[in-house]
Amino acid sequence: MAKLYSQKNPQKQIDLNPKDETIQFLLDYSKALSVINCNKMKFEALLN
Amino acid sequence: MFKVIIMRNELITDATLVCNYINGDEPALEVLIIRHKQRIYSFIYSKVYDKDVAEDIFQDTFIKVIKTLKRGKYNEEGKFLPWVMRIAHNLVIDHFRKNTRMPKFSNTGDFNIFSVLSDSTLDAEKSIIKEQVESDIRKVIEELPEDQKEVLMMRMYRDMSFKEISDNTGVSINTALGRMRYALINMRKIIDKHNIILTN
Repeated sequence: MAKLYSQKNPQKQIDLNPKDETIQFLLDYSKALSVINCNKMKFEALLN
Repeated sequence: MFKVIIMRNELITDATLVCNYINGDEPALEVLIIRHKQRIYSFIYSKVYDKDVAEDIFQDTFIKVIKTLKRGKYNEEGKFLPWVMRIAHNLVIDHFRKNTRMPKFSNTGDFNIFSVLSDSTLDAEKSIIKEQVESDIRKVIEELPEDQKEVLMMRMYRDMSFKEISDNTGVSINTALGRMRYALINMRKIIDKHNIILTN
């Protein structure tokens, strides 16, 4: 079996995560959004 | 209670969390986002190679997720993560479609879009210079003899043809042309004499 001499690429590990603010925005958005059912129709309401 | 969910979040399945969220348990969404954020964000980033764009698409993906869940339109047929990934994938496609319609240029490297595009409106300095030049020219015209001034005004400011000028002033076209020529020669002389600079 041939030996593998290749090294791992010493590239910097990029932080692939969304910003905390983005997540906080989504959580706040979720809390603010309410869907109102009215005669088979659905309305979205964003409350601050 | 919130802490308990975080601590036990690995034990709770996506399906249960989604169900809890639909039933009004807001912290369940946080667990879902934290659990999958890295995979979804990396997936988007691997397609767009731009952190800001990836951030926007990630946000839009979850806005769609939240709306669908709150509207009760989510069906449990598929699994949560593949469903979110599909939404993200569609939004990435939308992003590229939008960009082919309206290409984005970034000013990195040796190419600057503003060297190609120019603003046709004059800035404050240039408009002051333009006013100055126009007022200087008016003063120069005032120095001309009356007959030359009349022809020049009709030609340059009222855009009349030499035929119309001839009809209006009662002189021949050749005389009108001659007066125009002398008007220009005399203006050049006045400009040279007073060292007036007429450049914009």
